Amino acid sequence: MSLTYFFFTLLSILAIASAIITISSKHPIRSAMALVVHFFMLAGLYLTLNAQFVAVMQVLVYAGAIMVLVVFVIMLLNLGNDDSLEKKLQVKHFAGIVLSGVIGLTLIHSFINLNPHSSYFPTYFVEFTTVQAVGKTLFTNFIVQFEAIGMLLTAAIIGAVLLAKRKLL
Amino acid sequence: MNLINIPLEFYLALSAILFLIGAIGVLTRRNALIIFMSIEIMLNSVNLTFISFAIYFGDTIGQILVFFVMAIAAAEAAIGLAIVLALYRLKQTVFVDEVNLLKW
Repeated sequence: MSLTYFFFTLLSILAIASAIITISSKHPIRSAMALVVHFFMLAGLYLTLNAQFVAVMQVLVYAGAIMVLVVFVIMLLNLGNDDSLEKKLQVKHFAGIVLSGVIGLTLIHSFINLNPHSSYFPTYFVEFTTVQAVGKTLFTNFIVQFEAIGMLLTAAIIGAVLLAKRKLL
Repeated sequence: MNLINIPLEFYLALSAILFLIGAIGVLTRRNALIIFMSIEIMLNSVNLTFISFAIYFGDTIGQILVFFVMAIAAAEAAIGLAIVLALYRLKQTVFVDEVNLLKW
């Protein structure tokens, strides 16, 4: 049992637990806080895979920007407890759990029976996970897509301002 | 570069479990904000699959695709929360089963 195994087990158990808390708690602010924990655990899992750039982006973008937005909206709307959770746990919910269970079991089954050449990550002698390698590829081969992402984010900002305005134009 | 001595299937099974949890959240909860958070969980599990395959095959492009997915998720969160705000202003609710304007 090496240290990597210990960290992987700890991070994955915490990630699954915080995801379950996110979808099952009654108050939305509690869900949001559990989701922040979930994002940090996934950043740790990316670090066990040597993907440092994505781990930092996970903390910055998800746990920073997106969660601030979500918490801000929850506080703005002043939402209380969600009573509908235990009020009507009915056929609809049961069908939802069964259907997504079928999807999840199919996914797990196909992933377990993947049979790759080797289950273990091969050792490469080229640095391809560093920020330098990612940046080089991003700004040479993917420069058009990168600029398109910038235009998309600008359009999203304008659309969000227009949607949230009290009176449309 | 140090060796990762965890099998690839562990990461894939973990991402499948997280995707399952997110799907259950989308299908069973009626609060629009919690549906958003469940969608974020599903996007994150797909990102984990991307990263583990990218590291497994020794490829940089997988990480760049994850970067693009994160940018799309940020845009989606901004637009979606603006829609929730507009909806709350119109109907005074965030529960999606009380919004039936397009139902006939």
